[in-house]
Amino acid sequence: MRPAIQVSGLSKSYGDTVAVNGVSFEVSDGEIFGLIGPNGAGKTTTMECIEGMRRPDKGTISVLGLDPFRNVYELQERIGVQLQQAQLQKRIKVWEAVDLWASLYRKKAVGERLLEQLGLSEKRNTWFMNLSGGQKQRLFIALALINDPELVFLDELTTGLDPQARHTIWDLVRGIRERGKTVFLTTHLMEEAERLCDRVAILEHGRIIDIGSPESLVKRHCPERTVVLVTTDATAAERFRTIVCVDTITCLDTEITLRGHGDDFVTEVIQCLSESGIRVTDFRTILPNLEDVFLKLTGRSIRD
Amino acid sequence: MMLRGLWKLTWIETKIFLREPLGALGTIAIPVLVFLLLGRMVGHAPPSANPASSSFLAVGLPVMAAVLIAVGSVLSLVAIISIYREGGILKRLRATPLRPYTILAAQVIVKLLLSAATLLLMVLAGKRYYPVDIHVSLVGFTIGLLISIWSISSLGFLIASLVPTARFAQPIGSLIMYPMMSLSGLFFPVAALPPALQAVSRVLPLTYMVSLLEGIWKGDPWWTHGSDIAVLVAIFAVCTAISTKVFRWE
Repeated sequence: MRPAIQVSGLSKSYGDTVAVNGVSFEVSDGEIFGLIGPNGAGKTTTMECIEGMRRPDKGTISVLGLDPFRNVYELQERIGVQLQQAQLQKRIKVWEAVDLWASLYRKKAVGERLLEQLGLSEKRNTWFMNLSGGQKQRLFIALALINDPELVFLDELTTGLDPQARHTIWDLVRGIRERGKTVFLTTHLMEEAERLCDRVAILEHGRIIDIGSPESLVKRHCPERTVVLVTTDATAAERFRTIVCVDTITCLDTEITLRGHGDDFVTEVIQCLSESGIRVTDFRTILPNLEDVFLKLTGRSIRD
Repeated sequence: MMLRGLWKLTWIETKIFLREPLGALGTIAIPVLVFLLLGRMVGHAPPSANPASSSFLAVGLPVMAAVLIAVGSVLSLVAIISIYREGGILKRLRATPLRPYTILAAQVIVKLLLSAATLLLMVLAGKRYYPVDIHVSLVGFTIGLLISIWSISSLGFLIASLVPTARFAQPIGSLIMYPMMSLSGLFFPVAALPPALQAVSRVLPLTYMVSLLEGIWKGDPWWTHGSDIAVLVAIFAVCTAISTKVFRWE
């Protein structure tokens, strides 16, 4: 099966500023693919080149078998788009926006049902300006799905939303995948990428640093595990030194932090505890996540 | 398909405009009220005793009202385009199968419709309260006004293309349009201006609009104003050509 998106050697500059520099990747049919990286990494530029809204300087792009820039109108019939920081007319009503968008496409979903699925039925007569941030984003999702697209683009979908609204949106995005559609999204929230994406590409300064599933990226770049426990047993630290896969031991009062590697690390710590009969009052593991992967790969936090 | 999109967008934009707090009031009610007020003030003087005021009533005031409608709608067009650009609305509309010119054309059509409606209301109101006998082809005058608005809308697009932010769009638009109005022959004849200002007047789009509308109102045949129409069409062609090069969607 042909991938939904194929990008090879994509470059784009604005004047002297290189936004995207030789980016290549593929998005398979039916997956949620995330482009992650800090603000200004080139995520939106990459996405807009794929949507056909910008002309790349170099490289080839194929979306659903089409050249997005040359066949932009044909492509727009088959994709759904949510743009970063887009607004609608302040005083347009929710149903008017859905009605207008529906009139623009040959193929169309049932607008009323979409509003219902997105929890906007009660807001159908509300002006855009009077919607909450989460409701606005749900409306933009409705507009992106109005033509029953094969491929949906979501650019920084949950930026600026509170955690509850964010969780609602995440469920909706998973729902899009369940309907057999491919989702291409960008985010600078690592938690969002981890929870939603089947695969992610990490973008920094216009280049892709690595691509893979969130789990495989964590495994590849951050194999270390951490156990933190609290005990009054003075001999504990000494006993932990006998465990092979422990790398460092840090003691702070009664709190001991063990860093190690390998899949058996946590098991071995637990075994050591039970064999030595050490009493602990607290025990927790810290697993690395995409945030740590990013820190490791780029030497800086994504929020900087 | 695209005609349907154009019609839908035009209709929705019209509704949205009328929902603005000053939308209907500012563009339709106020011009009509000012027109009636001025008409009453001047109209109360006995026409025979003051030929200047009766000539103003007969030609000056209707044309002035029409030009004000036109300038007002073009300024509002400038404001809408820059607000829509700043809010990402233009970009969002462009990410649909709508063709770019359809998105912009809808905005111009809204202005043309509202201007025609304002003019119609003025005529209806004038017929009842306004003592001047009107022997003018209203259809012709309306067509003249629509041609004029269509032409100077392109100037509006050019202004909207060049002014970077919505905050400055309306003031800069006013700064261009209102002085232009004062040199267009609307308040005093172009011939009465000093030669240097006459030369300036001849390159201003509004001058040709005023000449066309005054001519039609006085009952001149269309062909005597062929040059005015030609200039208005040329202005449209030039401004549109430049705008397509410099217009920014975001």
